[in-house]
Amino acid sequence: MANAIPQDSETLKAYAEASGWRLGWAKFRRHKLALISLYIVVLLYLLAIFAEFFSPYDHSDIHRRHVLVPPQAVHVFDAKGQLTWPHVRALKGERDAVTRRLSYVEDPQTTFSVRLFAPSDPYKLWNILPLETRFLGVSTPDRKATIFLLGTDSLGRDVLSRIIHGARVSLSIGLVGVALSFVIGIVLGGMSGYFGGWIDTIVQRTIDLLQSLPTIPLWMGLAAAVPPGQDPLITYLMITVILSVIGWTGIARVVRGRFLALREEDFVLAARFSGASEMRIILRHMVPSFASHIIASLTLSIPEMILAETALSFLGLGLQPPAVSWGVLLKDAQSLQVISQAPWLLIPGLAVVITVLAFNFLGDGMRDASDPYGKA
Amino acid sequence: MTGYIIRRILWFVPTLLAVSLVSFAIIQLPPGDYLTVLEAQMGAEGDYNPEVVARLRERFGFDQPFIVQYGKWMWAMLAHGDLGYSFEWRVPVSSLIGEYLALTVVVTAATLIATWVIALPIGIYSAVRPYSLFDYIATIIGFVGKATPNFLLALILMWWAYDTFGADVSGLFSPEYANAPWSWAKVKDLVSHMWLPLIVLGTSGAASLIRQMRANVLDELQKPYVEAARAQGLPEWRVILRYPVRVALNPFLSTIGGSIPELFSGAVTTAIVLNLPMAGPMLLRALVSQDMYLAGSFIFILSVFTLIGTLISDILLTLVDPRIRFEEA
Repeated sequence: MANAIPQDSETLKAYAEASGWRLGWAKFRRHKLALISLYIVVLLYLLAIFAEFFSPYDHSDIHRRHVLVPPQAVHVFDAKGQLTWPHVRALKGERDAVTRRLSYVEDPQTTFSVRLFAPSDPYKLWNILPLETRFLGVSTPDRKATIFLLGTDSLGRDVLSRIIHGARVSLSIGLVGVALSFVIGIVLGGMSGYFGGWIDTIVQRTIDLLQSLPTIPLWMGLAAAVPPGQDPLITYLMITVILSVIGWTGIARVVRGRFLALREEDFVLAARFSGASEMRIILRHMVPSFASHIIASLTLSIPEMILAETALSFLGLGLQPPAVSWGVLLKDAQSLQVISQAPWLLIPGLAVVITVLAFNFLGDGMRDASDPYGKA
Repeated sequence: MTGYIIRRILWFVPTLLAVSLVSFAIIQLPPGDYLTVLEAQMGAEGDYNPEVVARLRERFGFDQPFIVQYGKWMWAMLAHGDLGYSFEWRVPVSSLIGEYLALTVVVTAATLIATWVIALPIGIYSAVRPYSLFDYIATIIGFVGKATPNFLLALILMWWAYDTFGADVSGLFSPEYANAPWSWAKVKDLVSHMWLPLIVLGTSGAASLIRQMRANVLDELQKPYVEAARAQGLPEWRVILRYPVRVALNPFLSTIGGSIPELFSGAVTTAIVLNLPMAGPMLLRALVSQDMYLAGSFIFILSVFTLIGTLISDILLTLVDPRIRFEEA
């Protein structure tokens, strides 16, 4: 793709006068995958924010008579092959005479139509707002009417609802962790790049050291130090801090590099000659000119945090049930026995992969866009 | 250049000290120590004896300040190669971890080589035929491979293998060889079990190597010297292998150092899921039961391995690419 510099004089003028952010946005939109990823990320966060509304059930609802149900199909043809309103069929548990294993068969005669904005048992959004409608559900309050689109786990909890609720922790830990790493990274990286000298040496050596260590064993050691049986919120915050202990290094490198490059720029020199204070030079002149670049590299470090939390929780060193995160959910699918019997318990992993992919493409697009005058 | 290599090696010593301090500090972090775990166990079994605990506490030096404990650990390690005592296994750590660490190194080294052998040709081919079907497939596999956590890939492949072959493919040895002494047959058995950990560990690394090699070669292919080589009538494959690939390899070499910590990290989670007799499962267990010298030794030695790997790759890089600047030690 060549850089499309507009040719006629009218648009050329607009191009010359456009702010960096507008040019960046124009360039970002040309990166189709990044644009699609942006939509996916926004959608995921909306699901997480309104988790109670979007999930068909509460994440801790136990359906005793529906344990380890495979993903339930939504049918659009009825028993006679006629096209009808989308519906689910009632499930009947049958025990195999030999293996004693429970399996479920659909009863094509008993159907329940699927509804958007379906009535449900009363629940509270964010623990405050009482509601009686969920985004997706079945039309009757009949106990046989179930909609487990992604199946249920060994306690009979709806996997889809748990994934949507788990998104809250998994998606927010990336943001909080990156925010924390960003604060540490910008302070240390900024000092390192701006002052240089021995401060620079110490910070750079520390970064070298931290980056050459294997992260998972370190994180495991630190996470094992989090006392168990705490308030889930405390555990959550401590895990975030642990992830940031190493996460800040990458950001500090980027910030330092930018500081070094900009320190010699003419406009910084000009500001200094006109008597601006150091703080003003940094905040008013330097930060705005590399903000977009930093945002892009921040976006690229969110998926690393998400992956790290997932791995730690999967190993049992991160968040503990009853808290739900994608890592906690995957912990249920740890053994071959469980997976061969209930492969749908691996679906939270798909959520992880989609999220990480979307963030990677989004970050790539933003990185390209952060240099609006560079080649596409 | 020799000066640079010597400085780089000298710098290794303070780094090692810092790493040992960090490892020791981490395992000291959890509230309580192994004896608190033991006390709880004794309490549950109804034979709690405070005197025994106090005696043990004194013997292991748990009542001394941090820096004294660290000093003793370091001194024993340097003087006698003694890494401390594993409370849970009731043997010295050094007699316990050798084979686990050796297998960790064998598997990670094999992975490193395998990713190179696979990623290089794919990356070159993708660059020579960009936007072809093959390129798109390689790109998609690359991105998905990078986004899939190791443990998830391990679970999926384990399930897939169980489904297709009907056999449990976890572990590194068949049961009859697991505890057998080393022999030629055992080595062959190890090699035949290695493919699964290799795929799991190698995929994300190979994915980024393919992307990088593709970008490097693409950059080089546009340069005039390639055109000149073609104009001289060299066959196309020779043009590509002789010139652009050789230049593209240099920035590529510098990434080995960075990929080693990631590889050891991945090896830990993969070993836990696939139940491999490597450092991962032992480390996890030691951390949970606060078997501090065992856990600390694992963290320390794994870190040292990555540091050595990085050191070697840095030195190799200076030997291969004379354009590297040396002003920074």
